[in-house]
Amino acid sequence: MAGQFSGEPMLDMYIFETTQNIEQLEMCILDSEKSNCYSQTSINEIFRIMHTIKGSSAMMLFNNISVLAHSIEDLFYYLREQKPENIDYTLLSDHILSGVDFIKVELQKIVDGEKADGNPSEIIEAIKAFLSQIKLKNPYNGSEAKEKQELAEQPRYYITPNKSDININTNAFKAVLFFEAGCEMENIRAFTVIHNIREFSDEVYFYPEDIIDNDESVNVIREQGFKVYFKTQKNYKELDAFFNQTVFLRELELVRLEDDTELKGFLTAKTVKAEENPVVVPRVNSYSAETAEKEMTTGAGQSIISVSITKLDKLMDLVGEMVISEAMVTQNPDLNGLQLDNFMKAAGQLHKVTSDIQDMVMSIRMVPLAMTFQKMHRVVRDMCKKLDKEISLELIGEETEVDKNIIEHISDPLMHLVRNSIDHGIGSAADREAAGKPPAGKITLEAKNSGSDVVILVKDDGKGLNKQKILEKAAQNGLLYKPANEMSDSEIYNLIFLPGFSTKEKVTEFSGRGVGMDVVVRNIESVGGSVSVDSEEGKGSVIALKIPLTLAIIDGMNIQVGSSRYTIPTKAIKESFRPNANDLIKDPDGNEMIMVRGRCYPILRLHQLYKVKTGITRFIDGILIMVEHENKTLCVFADELLGQQVVVKSLPKYIKAKRKVKGLTGCTLLGDGSISLILDIGGLVNI
Amino acid sequence: MSENLDRELMGKETDEREEDTQKGRFLTFNLDKEAYGIEITHVTEIIGIQPVTQVPELPDYIKGIINLRGKIIPVMDVRLRFKKNFREYNDRTCVIVIDIDDLSIGLIVDSVSEVIAIPDTEIVAPPEVGKGGNKYVKGIGKVHSDVILLLDCNRLLNDEDTENLLNI
Repeated sequence: MAGQFSGEPMLDMYIFETTQNIEQLEMCILDSEKSNCYSQTSINEIFRIMHTIKGSSAMMLFNNISVLAHSIEDLFYYLREQKPENIDYTLLSDHILSGVDFIKVELQKIVDGEKADGNPSEIIEAIKAFLSQIKLKNPYNGSEAKEKQELAEQPRYYITPNKSDININTNAFKAVLFFEAGCEMENIRAFTVIHNIREFSDEVYFYPEDIIDNDESVNVIREQGFKVYFKTQKNYKELDAFFNQTVFLRELELVRLEDDTELKGFLTAKTVKAEENPVVVPRVNSYSAETAEKEMTTGAGQSIISVSITKLDKLMDLVGEMVISEAMVTQNPDLNGLQLDNFMKAAGQLHKVTSDIQDMVMSIRMVPLAMTFQKMHRVVRDMCKKLDKEISLELIGEETEVDKNIIEHISDPLMHLVRNSIDHGIGSAADREAAGKPPAGKITLEAKNSGSDVVILVKDDGKGLNKQKILEKAAQNGLLYKPANEMSDSEIYNLIFLPGFSTKEKVTEFSGRGVGMDVVVRNIESVGGSVSVDSEEGKGSVIALKIPLTLAIIDGMNIQVGSSRYTIPTKAIKESFRPNANDLIKDPDGNEMIMVRGRCYPILRLHQLYKVKTGITRFIDGILIMVEHENKTLCVFADELLGQQVVVKSLPKYIKAKRKVKGLTGCTLLGDGSISLILDIGGLVNI
Repeated sequence: MSENLDRELMGKETDEREEDTQKGRFLTFNLDKEAYGIEITHVTEIIGIQPVTQVPELPDYIKGIINLRGKIIPVMDVRLRFKKNFREYNDRTCVIVIDIDDLSIGLIVDSVSEVIAIPDTEIVAPPEVGKGGNKYVKGIGKVHSDVILLLDCNRLLNDEDTENLLNI
């Protein structure tokens, strides 16, 4: 049946859900491992997640994932029901995590549009072996477990024995539901119905019974309809309305049963069994109910919905256009000189609403860093095991929010930095003790807002950077750009960001290939951020990532050069001023400079750089804008300053493919509909 | 869910039908005396000439970028692309917005004439004239007594290698 569902929405949904589940699972495992014991809740949680993944993977025909999930589910079923003792929890975590990794790899394949063709049999074997090992260790209740398992696989009915006696004055109903042909997944739809009935009825029986686990039931429902017997205090009318809300319902047969005979006859066989096992049954049921709710995308009662990023991008584009259109209307040249009190009032209102909408859309895209940070727990755990170190990870400010697009770009660099800290920074327990530090190392991930940027710090209390070693290494690789004794500390530290630099002698699985730090820098710079490092030998080092909150909106100052307009990001601007003729200096090479408060800055003529015709070529006629990027300062010469603008658009692909224009990052639309080019100050100061 | 699927399927069908009706139809425009044609499937819209924002450091035939209702697209002067002389834009000058592989670009042409259907039988391969002489023309259509040069849009946009070689 899943074959027909090659449709994207289903797949998207599946990928989204499974990814979330996996993340949740991982966190759950790591938490449990930290406390070195799997609590009942976390076992239940893992069981539930695995059950969901198994179900949805089977539905999407990803059998390898489904089989693997099934084996883990089995394992946890055993743990949940038997509560066996003396389990090697570390081994358990290893097994599950290897399973989780497998699913992650397969998911990535699915995302990339490849076939999920990995073979999980090895992991499954390992898990099975592990399970039988536990069973061996806890032999006394092994047989019972089997029996219980059989029981638990059958119970699809729901009885609360202590309640059934009270409900004397309730009505018994029989409903037969037929779903529309081709609506698919009749069994799941039927399950939702059952789930909903349970909200107002304590006794529900239905046929076919095994709707969730048995795919055959779909056919039975299609042919004979889905029969439900239940008791409730509601009247016929209410129920009729209730059933008619069901999605894809084609036909409904709702009968009030005068006596219970039919109902009783239906369940005589099972009641006994159910009474025997009153605790387990409802619990299993409630799990599947949760599962079914997740599988259904109806979203009834959900307070969170998932929206595809492309839709949000589109929305943001539209809002951006709306802001511009608003400016086009309210600042329309036709209005000049008119007395328009009411219009201006209305325009003010419009402006308020549009800027509110803009803020709201931006906030929708903001995602807390928590998820990205949590992932690091796993990295730390794996590496500690491999390298036999003891390290704790502390997260601070994980609630800090960053634009979704940016999160995607910083996840990998962050992981790299954490790995580096563990591998290179924090020494072995013996080394640490010799240095008078506690044997367990500590890595701190900290995020905080600072203006329009977010700063993420990766701190470790390890060895710190060794200046001498860095210098030697840089010299070996020919990376020294000036004599070692002239370099400041921060210049030396920043050498590690150069391509081809790696101080670790041996390449490990985790780091040391020398492609690390420069990739980190490149990734961060691609989202308009910067990386810096500070260190104190013997105390540890701090790597700071400074990233903008969002890529989509910047505060910018518009400037005019000839007929062209350019935008400079406000955060890069230090000041703008009209120069005095006698502050200007020209060196013999023709480079122009200006003296401001005793310091000398180079001047860049935009009209020369971009060959724009303008009437203003003397500095005293135009304006100088002093911009700064990473401690390099430059004065940009322009004709005049215009207003401010915010929405960023990227340059058309075609132009980007043609040539990388120096000093331009994108463009923006001005209030009058014309286009302004956004200057990349980082590029300009390095020209 | 299946509703969406239905809709998607229907969407595909209509797309196919549209493609069928668009097949063999060309939008013709003029540069100097010659008539050129481009496949109508590629054409999104035709607009009058708009204020163009220059982007520095680009080849001269890319005049810059324009704001098409909030979407920013590059514009190419086809005259310059074909090494003809620049002609001042006037009220007959048009921008044909074409869309190829999600890449939108505007083509500045002297004037747009009409949409005509040219059956495959009336299209002949361009003659082999020297080297690269007809690299942008993928066929020559005959309509009554006129000849229409049918352009290969992909080459028009992406034929950069030869361009660069010539520049050296």
